[in-house]
Amino acid sequence: MKNFRNRRTMLYIPGNNPAMIQQGGVYGADSILLDLEDAVALNQKDAARALVRNMIKVTNFYDAEVCVRVNHLSTPFGLADLEEIVPLQPSAIRYPKTESPEEVADLLAIIEKIEDRHGLPHNRMTLHAMIETAMGVQNVFNIASKFSRVDAITIGGQDLTADMNIIYTSDGAGIDFARKRIVMAAKASHIDVIDTVFPDVNDEEGLRKETEYAKKIGFTGKAVINPRQIDIIHEVYTPTEEEIRKAYRIVKEFRANSAAGIGVFAIEGKMIDAPIVARAEYLLRLAKITVS
Amino acid sequence: MLNSLGREIPEYIEGIGKLEPYQGALTKLRKGWMDEPTIPAPNKAYLPHQSKLCKTLEEAIIRSNPHNGMTVSFHHHLRNGDILLVQTLTILHNMGIREITLASSSLNECHDPILPYLKDGTVTRIFSSGIRSQLGQAIAMGVLDTPVVIHSHGGRVRSIHTGKIQIDLAVIPASAADCEGNATGSHGKSAFGSIGYAVIDARYAKQVIVVTDNLVDFPCIPLSISQNFIDHVVLVDSIGDASKIATGTTRITNSPMDLRIAKLAADVIEHSGFFVPGFAFQVGAGGASLAVAKFIREKMKTKGLKGSFMLGGITSYCVDMLNEGLFETIFDVQSFDAVVSNSLLNNRRHIEIPAALYANPFNCGCITNKIDVVVLGALEIDVDFNVNVITGSEGKIRGASGGHSDTASGAKLTVVVCPSFRGRIPIIKKRVHTIVTPGETVHVLVTERGICVNPAFKELEENLRRAGLNIKEIHDLEIEVDQITGIPAPLEYTDKIVGIVEYRDGTIIDVIRQLKE
Repeated sequence: MKNFRNRRTMLYIPGNNPAMIQQGGVYGADSILLDLEDAVALNQKDAARALVRNMIKVTNFYDAEVCVRVNHLSTPFGLADLEEIVPLQPSAIRYPKTESPEEVADLLAIIEKIEDRHGLPHNRMTLHAMIETAMGVQNVFNIASKFSRVDAITIGGQDLTADMNIIYTSDGAGIDFARKRIVMAAKASHIDVIDTVFPDVNDEEGLRKETEYAKKIGFTGKAVINPRQIDIIHEVYTPTEEEIRKAYRIVKEFRANSAAGIGVFAIEGKMIDAPIVARAEYLLRLAKITVS
Repeated sequence: MLNSLGREIPEYIEGIGKLEPYQGALTKLRKGWMDEPTIPAPNKAYLPHQSKLCKTLEEAIIRSNPHNGMTVSFHHHLRNGDILLVQTLTILHNMGIREITLASSSLNECHDPILPYLKDGTVTRIFSSGIRSQLGQAIAMGVLDTPVVIHSHGGRVRSIHTGKIQIDLAVIPASAADCEGNATGSHGKSAFGSIGYAVIDARYAKQVIVVTDNLVDFPCIPLSISQNFIDHVVLVDSIGDASKIATGTTRITNSPMDLRIAKLAADVIEHSGFFVPGFAFQVGAGGASLAVAKFIREKMKTKGLKGSFMLGGITSYCVDMLNEGLFETIFDVQSFDAVVSNSLLNNRRHIEIPAALYANPFNCGCITNKIDVVVLGALEIDVDFNVNVITGSEGKIRGASGGHSDTASGAKLTVVVCPSFRGRIPIIKKRVHTIVTPGETVHVLVTERGICVNPAFKELEENLRRAGLNIKEIHDLEIEVDQITGIPAPLEYTDKIVGIVEYRDGTIIDVIRQLKE
């Protein structure tokens, strides 16, 4: 896992709304996503780009990771977005409708040219590739695994169902294969994978169920369209006290056993091996607990 | 002279009298009695079977000896749906009565139509716990020669006991009443729940008119107001706009910001050391304040914790918590929605209380003295934790003292919830425009950008830090917010005092000066 950080929630904020950008950091989301793409009307694109550029410089987002979703390079806005945003080096650029590794390579080449012009390194800002088309789903492993700067992939449920010419249903049936394929690609590439938004902000129970499912099949976290959704997702993703205690014991005993040259051992009759230790370490990182 | 918070208070104001400066929240109570003499309540006599019924409100007013310089009182349980205050003052105005002192327990937007009567000398003095809208604006600009007196709910009772407010005529709207004047707000088409603020008016006014749109057979039960204090009874078509008197149920806010603040406030309460079995709890009825109840409810269920009582302005949310067994009792001085009226009428654990029992500091124990945790809002708060709930950022009177200082003084934990800025205006100030609640009675401020603990309460701060909450020093938060909003230019005032803010013990905690044009 590179540069581990919690990405349980990624809060979308329209890039043309200064009040929402100003308050973006106070809700406790792990990541803030300033959106220049779908949340912004065509005639607002320039204004939103300028607003995001200026507000990133002065706004305190506290502990949140700050990402910017740019427009696709096939639109009249994509390149201009990169020219303005890349020099600011947010934590990550989120790129929509990523379909192939070649596309990512072209994008990175442009980003790196801009970075070179501004004397910026190529290893600070990362890339989040959004998978929102059937083609993207088919190519996801190569998108996720071939580039060291891609440190998360995400699924865009609404666009994907539109591309598949199906209706998005609350049971997620139409995108279930895509979800699992994308998760598997991310896991194989050791990067984060973020689930799509839950569109009904008033359905707390539905959000909880969908998040529990996303967690169960392997998603690192979930995109959020309203701050009211954050606490529910965090509750689902935050390990329980019992889980933390168990993980702490596993890691502690693993270290003691490793020091004594023992690779596999047992706790209360259950075998503890490397995968279980890795899982325990992941849980402790989520809970921000270090083993002394 | 300066009061103990450093505010300049005049020694005497024409039309108000000698003023006593605020000296501390509990200073005057430590004696164990009130120095000011209590005036006797009037004793009246009625002949057997004498009718109290009047055909019209005007007839009842004529029978109540209207005269120049009289004091007329009202309650504000009908909130923004009240029509009788305006009707009464219009009748008095048409009779040519002048120099009226208006003593309404609060004033809302619906009372704006009386503004011409302030301009023409019909009304020359006002005592109230709150003033808003056009009235608040006009008063701040100096429409009255004599300053208005802003009191708390508990302080109003004390002012009536001491004769500072001597009521000549009390007009008491009731949603149900009988021919003798036994009255209640708990049922009828205009039900508004508790009538707790009017009880003291009925007891002390020289003349009392009960006005109802629902005359029931004798006796009207419950006897929230009892006949032995009532002079006249009037049946009218309507006492007010039912849609503005009480909505169906109170909804928790959907505002992400209010919910965020409320969640943090609930976390503060949980880890304060006061979230224990049997705790007593009060929350306000709006915004972030009510939303705290949502999170406290969840935490109580998770922990299997049961509280003692809820107090104050009661919403359907409080009733739900009572019915779920999370609290044993509700003490209700003011009800906020229709569901509350039903509960008040039918649940013996839901108890209607008068303002005296709610919050009067000078008796053998008001119920605010027993609160463990209260959650309150603020228009402004300063770095000494003094709170303003009466004047807005533009200097106009636009809020209410209400029970703010009463509950803060009694609670073991006073939590003030507010956003760190509204629009472009910072809420945390070096010095609030008007102090209503002294910082010594405020324990913690919760904003979306951090939690500030009053440095006088070290153990509380330690508890909250141990729980991992985002504690900031209030000066640091003030600077942080100022960096976002900038510092607004100071307001400009004349020397004229347009309002005095009475603390609940009768001392003067602050004055409001006239805004320059």
